[in-house]
Amino acid sequence: MKITKDDLANVAYLSRLALDDGEEENYIKDLNDIVAYVDKLSELDTDNIMPTTYALATENVFREDEVRPSLTQEEALSTAPDKENGYFKVPQVLAE
Amino acid sequence: MKIIEQPAHVLHDMLVKKELSAKELTDAFFASIDKSEDTLGAFVTLMRGKAGKDASIIDAKIAQGEELPYFAGIPVAIKDNICTKDVKTTASSKILENFVPPYDATVMTKLYDQNAVIIGKANMDEFAMGGSTEHSAYHITRNPHDLSRVPGGSSGGSAAAVAGGEAVCALGSDTGGSIRQPSAYCGVVGLKPTYGRISRYGLIAFASSLDQIGPITRDVTDAAYMLNAVCGHDKMDSTSLKEKAPDFTKALVADVKNLKIGVPKEYFADGIDPQVEEKVRSAIKSFAELGAKITEISLPHTKYAIAVYYIIAPAEAATNLERYDGVSYGVRVPGKDVPEMMINTRSQKFGAEVKRRIMIGNYALSAGYYDAYYLKALKVRTLISQDYVEAFNKVDVIMTPTAPTPAFKLNELTGDPLKMYLQDICTVPANLAGLPAISVPCGVNSQGLPIGLQIIGRALDEETLLRAAYTFETAQGIPFAVPELNNAEGGASV
Repeated sequence: MKITKDDLANVAYLSRLALDDGEEENYIKDLNDIVAYVDKLSELDTDNIMPTTYALATENVFREDEVRPSLTQEEALSTAPDKENGYFKVPQVLAE
Repeated sequence: MKIIEQPAHVLHDMLVKKELSAKELTDAFFASIDKSEDTLGAFVTLMRGKAGKDASIIDAKIAQGEELPYFAGIPVAIKDNICTKDVKTTASSKILENFVPPYDATVMTKLYDQNAVIIGKANMDEFAMGGSTEHSAYHITRNPHDLSRVPGGSSGGSAAAVAGGEAVCALGSDTGGSIRQPSAYCGVVGLKPTYGRISRYGLIAFASSLDQIGPITRDVTDAAYMLNAVCGHDKMDSTSLKEKAPDFTKALVADVKNLKIGVPKEYFADGIDPQVEEKVRSAIKSFAELGAKITEISLPHTKYAIAVYYIIAPAEAATNLERYDGVSYGVRVPGKDVPEMMINTRSQKFGAEVKRRIMIGNYALSAGYYDAYYLKALKVRTLISQDYVEAFNKVDVIMTPTAPTPAFKLNELTGDPLKMYLQDICTVPANLAGLPAISVPCGVNSQGLPIGLQIIGRALDEETLLRAAYTFETAQGIPFAVPELNNAEGGASV
């Protein structure tokens, strides 16, 4: 078993997920199964192989820095769970 | 003649000749939905009101003698991860259960420009993660050809809607087979175009280097017309291809003389159902009888494709799904401070499969594992792509099964995520290499379950795929009628 309970807790924290005890055991098993399976890649020598992030050649796309039509502030905020005065609103960050 | 079994090209001619009105056509599909939808569960949201209004507008245009765009009046289903302005778009997730996009995806703008009638948002695996549509947070979808089986996934709602006579055609998305595999399971045509052929603007991102929108249709002709309608460069998607798209319907020619077909031996290895192998090999033989040249080829890195995919796709997903933090859209579950609010929101509103993939992805990207997993996978991705480059020096298209088995039973694989992932073995390589691929029906097994033939082509060569698929379809005919369904046979809700 490569992934321990501590590893799972770390990866859950990175993912901003809280797991309950029942879930933890299942995820430890599933993640170990998956990691054991993908470990088969280690049998390949890839020292001189370049990585592929996009399958087809892509290049950065530039455009002039000009104002174009876009959503209004109201439209952009229309889906926010909480808002105030044209801002997204979140729980208080700093204590008073 | 049953209206709900006709492809768009037949219905378009009927609308032009005024043998049918757009309103009658839309009504026929909603009547079919009323009869079947409680059983099938193909949709998350139905758009009855808007569809009826849009159909009436098109009828007014017909009455005034206006020239009709190809998809004018044609009832289309849209996978629920494609943003539709003012229409709820959930990606079949609870975290987006109230999300109403303030804009249309580019493919929607293009379909509306064609006066297509959108009838609803199709069910899917949550955030397109899955191969059975059982991971929808709302309900399952059943396979119209066997209600005890899955329609495939993740575009299972789209494929079931077309196969079940609830839509003429549909848009799906394909990250590792999510258009082709459900199309194979449901006995319809599914096309994943070359990466970048269709704009992803407004497609809710799963794995950005792999995702591609594409058509699910009753026949190959409709696939070509639908690709024409939605493809093209888009400045809103910097990965969309600048290459000008040809008229894909010009490729609908029944001729495969001297077409060089490669059959990769690795795709017929362990785990392929014997009846699937038999039907696919028999389909390939029929191409030989029509004058094509068949060669056995090797794509030696195929056996690593699933491992590569299940590192890269979750890594990209973990990054893409960071945006669901309870701040800018979707649902928020309160907490005493910002981190607790975010953790509560994500823990309570993401489903188990989504959490599993986010954690795999973050594991593969985390300090100490990045080189061993993520970077390694990117390098093996190169090897897989090179296999195809070499193969396409020798052959024009590659033919394989679309999936190793026909549609499996509901609940058969939900307890074993890895086994579910291995179902993607035939489809993920085309995504990793960015290549176009199509699934066309090629027969049934002894239980009457549809089997799909996958044809993979060179980058940007959808035309040869369509020509090969069209030739095969012309020789064998359209294999499936819409199965008789009625809601008495047990609902789709879980």
